[in-house]
Amino acid sequence: MRYNALKILKEGLIGNRGWRPAWRTPDPRPEYDVVIIGGGGHGLSTAYYLAKEHGLTNVAVLEKGRLGLGNVGRNTTIVRANYFLPGNSEFYSMSLKLWEGLSADLNYNVMHSQRGLINLFHSDGQRDAFARRGNAMINQGDDAVLLDREGVREMLPYLDFEQGRFPIFGGLYHPRGGSARHDAVAWGYARGADSRGVDLVQNCEVTGIDVEGGRVTGVQTTRGAIRAKKVAIVTAGRSGQVAALAGLRLPIESHVLQAFVTEGLKPVIDHVISFGMGHFYISQSDKGGLVFGGDLDFYPSYAQRGNLPMVEHVMEAGMTLMPMIGKAKVLRSWGGIMDMTPDGSPIIDKAPIDGLYLDCGWCYGGFKAVPGSGFALAHLIAQDRPHADAAGFRLDRFRTGVGLMDEEGTGAQHNLH
Amino acid sequence: MRVACPLCGDRDSREFTPVGGAELVARPAPEAGAEAWDDYLHNRVNACGPSQELWYHGAGCASWLVVERDTASHEVLGVTLAREVAR
Repeated sequence: MRYNALKILKEGLIGNRGWRPAWRTPDPRPEYDVVIIGGGGHGLSTAYYLAKEHGLTNVAVLEKGRLGLGNVGRNTTIVRANYFLPGNSEFYSMSLKLWEGLSADLNYNVMHSQRGLINLFHSDGQRDAFARRGNAMINQGDDAVLLDREGVREMLPYLDFEQGRFPIFGGLYHPRGGSARHDAVAWGYARGADSRGVDLVQNCEVTGIDVEGGRVTGVQTTRGAIRAKKVAIVTAGRSGQVAALAGLRLPIESHVLQAFVTEGLKPVIDHVISFGMGHFYISQSDKGGLVFGGDLDFYPSYAQRGNLPMVEHVMEAGMTLMPMIGKAKVLRSWGGIMDMTPDGSPIIDKAPIDGLYLDCGWCYGGFKAVPGSGFALAHLIAQDRPHADAAGFRLDRFRTGVGLMDEEGTGAQHNLH
Repeated sequence: MRVACPLCGDRDSREFTPVGGAELVARPAPEAGAEAWDDYLHNRVNACGPSQELWYHGAGCASWLVVERDTASHEVLGVTLAREVAR
């Protein structure tokens, strides 16, 4: 069923009786060409592009709970392509281009809003670093504008520009950055994959990965055994546990990252603002809530909730940046499980077992990568060679030290990102 | 989270820095080879549930601790001096 304005009008007149579920709820078949473990954003987009770009439709997505209830529904919805290092730059640039055509491609409104993102800087040295990053973004073919203090003041007059600790010197403006409705992204990809014949199997937890003679042959699940020629692990914070089913240890630590939303307010913040020195970033959702977050709690966690010290830190940073936020009341806070790699960049690669693929290590930046990650992983699965824009996301870069992508320049070591 | 340091007593978790899995205590020999060092430096057990971790009490007695903690609930189950574990 294609969605369009006329359809909405018609359904409104007949009492909305004509709508059908957006995807089927099939039982798993005994065998598939490709099994994708994980029905989140990345898993669903992988299934969609396998079907759309490569004609592979004998595909199942296995989700232990319900579709889209993990990190794709727990992030702060920022979409951007402002990376600095080769390897990351071309990938996020490709992903942003997919975002820009996504609603039309999926026939599903993902509410992608390119409201612009501003990264603030607070010293001459930081200005130089951001000028260099902006040039890297422009070289990649994306957009960046270096704003001085008055330029930032014009756009964000409510910030505290004269604060003693981090006076605002200016900002790097990324006009094509913005946000999207995260649930709609999962639902749109699910609908698109399902309509092309992919089975989305819910409440189906993978409990084992079958390997014979160094080659994957299928998976064991709570809904029976499923044979598969190829299996992809796309389970974000749970990647380490699922990989352990195949006897692998990954360069990943799972950490908790907290996020917060205030009660709904009238439009007040028109952009996405990133205050890196305070580990604080904020935007306003279309419902009116101020959505903001900070840094990791920095201890390994699977709890999907954090502790009070980081809550206090984030609130302090918010008050430092924009004292007006003190008037808003926090409505909810939550946590997501981040699959942290040593260098802070992701992995899309073949595992050391034939027919097994890894898509993990997205750290705290997986949402904006949902289209690009699915596109690149589908390419890797279908053609058994990496997509050109994701060729740097190799699993062996930590062992060899070649091609590490440490955007923060702090060293490729756990606990530093 | 509160952590009961064996030397300082019950303290706020902000005094500590979690460094990683307690397997970090068992450092490979310098000539153990690239695979062993890669495994030690990068790969992690990353357990969900009771887990042994290496913590540093930087704002207290500066001792290295092995903290047994449930990563699914954040409950601290036990704290030992790392030098006793390393023996």
